[in-house]
Amino acid sequence: MRDFAEIWSYLAEGPLLWLTATLVAYAIGDACFRASGRKPYVNAVLIAVLLLALLLQATSTAYATYFEGAQFVHFLLGPATVALALPLWDNLPQVKRAALPLLAALLAGSATAVISALAIAHALGVRGAVLASLAPKSATAPVALGISDRLGGSPTLTAVLVILTGIIGAICTTPLLNLLRIRDWRARGFATGVAAHGIGTARAFQVHPKAGAFAGLGMGLNAVLTAFLAPLVLRFFQ
Amino acid sequence: MIPALLTLLLSQLAGETLSRALGLPLPGPVLGMLLLILGFALVPRLVDVVRPLAQGLLGHLSLLFVPAGTGVIGHLDKIAAQGVAILLALVFSTLLAIAAGALAFTAVARLMGSEEPEA
Repeated sequence: MRDFAEIWSYLAEGPLLWLTATLVAYAIGDACFRASGRKPYVNAVLIAVLLLALLLQATSTAYATYFEGAQFVHFLLGPATVALALPLWDNLPQVKRAALPLLAALLAGSATAVISALAIAHALGVRGAVLASLAPKSATAPVALGISDRLGGSPTLTAVLVILTGIIGAICTTPLLNLLRIRDWRARGFATGVAAHGIGTARAFQVHPKAGAFAGLGMGLNAVLTAFLAPLVLRFFQ
Repeated sequence: MIPALLTLLLSQLAGETLSRALGLPLPGPVLGMLLLILGFALVPRLVDVVRPLAQGLLGHLSLLFVPAGTGVIGHLDKIAAQGVAILLALVFSTLLAIAAGALAFTAVARLMGSEEPEA
């Protein structure tokens, strides 16, 4: 039998091990979510990210090496975004009927996300590239990275802030909206998609298909609006 | 499976190309989503072609964020230095944004008399 270290160093360099690790970590996260009785604060993405971060630290594996394998999963974000056309199509008559409430919710949610994030961070002493990286955090990852880059932020830091925002939104949205006594699935889903992009949308689909469809719409529209809003608002804090 | 995958990839490719060519602030996949809705309107048969794959992908949407999220390990130093400020900004801005969006929606829906109370 060959030395285990030798086999490890062979596998650790290839994509197979890290692709498998990503799916195993997510499967564990998802199993925890189900075992908890689908509690929103038992978030599968958060658990998977923590497990993988610990694994990479413990094996001193570089993120770039990990990403060689994980990129196959990451790539599917694009086709999955396109696939949001389906729930939107299924709910198109309702979307048309709710055009004005949707517009109001988009403007309120998108502006609140950018302004309050920058105001709180600025008040607590965050400046420069980190502040710029924070501005587009409610937009979906590919858009947020582009905006951050243009504003002089760090795209990879923005990616992390975007994911954290999504996880926070996914965890908080159900208890928050229950507290506010908002029962309309359209309002609940759309506001979650605007504030917490794809991870919020994934959470909305877990709760109700109509909430999911409106969350996907909120995510798409907020991506466009944030591209205009983030540079405008950031100027007031520089 | 292949026609469904091809439909999604072609929509994304068209979105990506259009976004670059016209210098739009919209990312390729979001534009691809809008183009696919247009495709559904023009060719209604496409809806059933795409449905199984689209439902499969959307059913596991949160998995797709795990690789980018794991990138947190590259930024532990920055997050450690300003962690509390960043975390407070993220938590409160996300809560405020969800509340503002949902309240704005229900307020305008009530004004228009198009409420849909469901629970």
